[in-house]
Amino acid sequence: MSQTTSTRSPLRKRSLTKNRLPGWALWAVLAGSVIVGAALSSLAGFHVVTWALFSAVLFVIASYAVTFAVEGRRKAADHLATSLITAAFIVAVLPLISVIWTVLEKGIPGLTYNFLFTSMNGMSGVVDNETVANGTSVLGGAYHAIVGTILITFWATLISVPVGLLTAVYLVEYSKGGALSRGITFFVDVMTGIPSIVAGLFAAAFFGLIFGPSTRTGFVAAVALSVLMIPVVVRSTEEMLKIVPNELREASYALGVRKWRTILKVVVPTAISGIASGVTLAIARVIGETAPILVTAGFVNSINWNVFSGWMTTLPTFIYRQLMNPTSPTNVEPSLQRAWAAALLLIIIVMLLNLVARLIARIFAPKTGR
Amino acid sequence: MSNTLTAGGSKGRTGDKVFSGLALFAGCLILFVLFCVAAFLLWQALPTFSADPADITGGEGFFSYILPIVIGTLIAAAIALLIATPVGVGVALFISHFAPRRLAQGLGYVVDLLAAIPSVVYGAWGMTVLAPALVPVYEWLAENAGWIPIFEGPASQTGKTMLTAGIVLSVMILPIITSLSREIFLQTPKLHEEAALAMGATRWEMIRMAVFPFARPGVISAVMLGLGRALGETMAVAMVLSGGALMASLIKSGNQTIAAEIALNFPEAFGLRLAELIAAGLVLFLITLAVNMVARWIISRHKEFSGAN
Amino acid sequence: MSKRIDVNDLNVYYGNFLAVEGVNINIDAKSVTAFIGPSGCGKSTFLRTLNRMHEVLPGARVEGEVLLDGEDLYGSGVDPVAVRSQIGMVFQRPNPFPTMSIRDNVLAGVKLNNKRISKSDADALVEKSLSGANLWNEVKDRLDKPGSGLSGGQQQRLCIARAIAVAPQVILMDEPCSALDPISTLAIEDLIEELKTEYTVVIVTHNMQQAARVSDKTAFFNIAGTGKPGKLIEYNDTTAIFNNPVEKATEDYVSGRFG
Repeated sequence: MSQTTSTRSPLRKRSLTKNRLPGWALWAVLAGSVIVGAALSSLAGFHVVTWALFSAVLFVIASYAVTFAVEGRRKAADHLATSLITAAFIVAVLPLISVIWTVLEKGIPGLTYNFLFTSMNGMSGVVDNETVANGTSVLGGAYHAIVGTILITFWATLISVPVGLLTAVYLVEYSKGGALSRGITFFVDVMTGIPSIVAGLFAAAFFGLIFGPSTRTGFVAAVALSVLMIPVVVRSTEEMLKIVPNELREASYALGVRKWRTILKVVVPTAISGIASGVTLAIARVIGETAPILVTAGFVNSINWNVFSGWMTTLPTFIYRQLMNPTSPTNVEPSLQRAWAAALLLIIIVMLLNLVARLIARIFAPKTGR
Repeated sequence: MSNTLTAGGSKGRTGDKVFSGLALFAGCLILFVLFCVAAFLLWQALPTFSADPADITGGEGFFSYILPIVIGTLIAAAIALLIATPVGVGVALFISHFAPRRLAQGLGYVVDLLAAIPSVVYGAWGMTVLAPALVPVYEWLAENAGWIPIFEGPASQTGKTMLTAGIVLSVMILPIITSLSREIFLQTPKLHEEAALAMGATRWEMIRMAVFPFARPGVISAVMLGLGRALGETMAVAMVLSGGALMASLIKSGNQTIAAEIALNFPEAFGLRLAELIAAGLVLFLITLAVNMVARWIISRHKEFSGAN
Repeated sequence: MSKRIDVNDLNVYYGNFLAVEGVNINIDAKSVTAFIGPSGCGKSTFLRTLNRMHEVLPGARVEGEVLLDGEDLYGSGVDPVAVRSQIGMVFQRPNPFPTMSIRDNVLAGVKLNNKRISKSDADALVEKSLSGANLWNEVKDRLDKPGSGLSGGQQQRLCIARAIAVAPQVILMDEPCSALDPISTLAIEDLIEELKTEYTVVIVTHNMQQAARVSDKTAFFNIAGTGKPGKLIEYNDTTAIFNNPVEKATEDYVSGRFG
């Protein structure tokens, strides 16, 4: 009696736990890999990077071998996949952390009141040289670029949103799946793939043909950005209009309401939170574009409030210029500081826009509560 | 009371016609703009093709001017894809199936935000942080693997090479591939996954049996979108690569991409040089167009078998 | 405030598919008419042709006549929008507009058409319509709250209030109670009883007890098999349909032998 119970339970247990590595085994393998990795690394002149690299490779190989020996091929493959995927994650995260860290570290010192509210007007290499020589704080800032960014993005939005919205309305509400709507859908997809520099070239070529070569104004840049922005707006609005229940349209029709009023007063308001958040994301996308601005709006150091005449600078082109052509070629530090501060500012703006998009989606979603 | 069914209709109907006309106009405007993009680029690029070959940059005609930078563009995009595809899909899987649920949501949000970082910031990071950090690696490669043509030395002392540009591009397209793949992985029907697990599959086998077949077209389209971005990406390459003639070695200064070539030279270009650059833009446009069309075609072909319907 | 409907030889098509064939029916003003029949027999499709709502679905079209007090709904020059403002409709699932308050939902038919209405007229209309839908006492204190916050039965009565606010001649109801619990269903049935003093009501229902309870006349639709068109089998006083049907199929259906 006592014999049967005592033998049965271990037997049973073993059938489910046999060929299983104990919990500590992989930790042991990890410790071993780290130690051997350190040894190997010191052979080739010790460095933290090589140490981590060797340890990781050793761990992946050793844990595969151990699980293969004890748990079999299938389990070993599972472990290998888990290690590799986790490794991929770590590999991906490192540069991204590095990007954020660099921008924060180099950008925070330069992000001052003076930087935000003065332009580069009158800033020459001489000024920067003096700054470095005297050790005073960096003069000149990105005010003109902030103004340019806001104006150009505003005009791009003004062009893109009506066109994008109406196109989405056509695709969802009016088209009957004919050749035209399929064509528009296809070419909107194609447009999402247009390289930003090509959009810039198009706007430059278009206005160059009408107003003479090298016409560069903020408005040309806005047109270039709209080419990039319209497909994003169409796509997101289309998705949002599609999820408006058909019942609401029918309810409106049954009240004797015309189609266009139904669309404007029932369908669009129901989808407005999604549409607004899609538009915000589209703005966030184009606000960071550099190449199309470079070929359409030129570059200036002073403030220009007029999008229809004169060159304009935006934050991305400001960053690019300050990095590639520092104001003072001999003392680049002030320019680098301005560039990184502008980069930080740009990232903050983009992140805020993303956050706003999420908030809009949440707050203005059709209310269902009491 | 009779004839009430027809009365008062005309005014309202005008509204309907105007609005549907506007919507149709907007749709056609998009087609028109796209047509204009192609037409204007072609129009402005025409002088390049009729010009004396000796007047073209390089002095041997447009074809021998454009070919090296086309190849350079393809190399940069290929490096970026080679790195970003496995890593991006891996990260997506990690977030969708491996990470603890609470962590996963936060990670997904972070990846979406990273996709929004402007390219000029990645370029700035590439030229100031990554390029110098890679110099010792390139020196080691030139010393120990120099017999392979792509690692032929002497290595660049600034690190501003094709390989660096490709790595920066891969970092840039990684969030795109990851966030799109993750969406698809998360949409895998729970039933399929549970069916696989109930048959005694390990997690990896479940992913291979249930997740990958379902997600394949979505992942392909994510990779293609990443490719499109890598081909057209301008600033990162313009800032990270110190360009030059076409060469096999990826760790020396040299090579150039179309987008960077345009961005670097356009501000000072006029006359025939301007036409050349616009022609280069046209070539880039056609390449990305082809990539996009192939992507759409692959997706539409796979859609029927994915079980997603 | 109500009109009669006469249908002559009506065929309904989806593309080339004949969905409903050869319907002749005369619906009296200020009466309740119920359409019953098995699923897919075309009763809902037919109901939607009575205010041209079927046109919302692509490819749908009709042959024949639908006369509203002698005026053909499908005559040339007839505006479907004008048809729908005279023949209102209530749907299977309650569908108040989620972006609007209860008050705005009731006024939707007026406001969406941009008709000017003074505040006092609007208030009067809201109260009259909600009272007409037996909802006024339940919601009069929260008219500015979203309509989607109400219970299912209240939402459906809100939809009825919305439909009667545009002062239609006829109200069509497409299975108005199928998504509701028994108590809400009872409230709607009581309401239908009251509505018929002012409106012509046509109701599609799956529930034969409901048809027997609320309607004056009943039409039985049936279908010979999948892919065949639906037909009107029998149309008579409700008591006759349920107690003394002429057709064998009607008898089988109302006694629960099939369907």
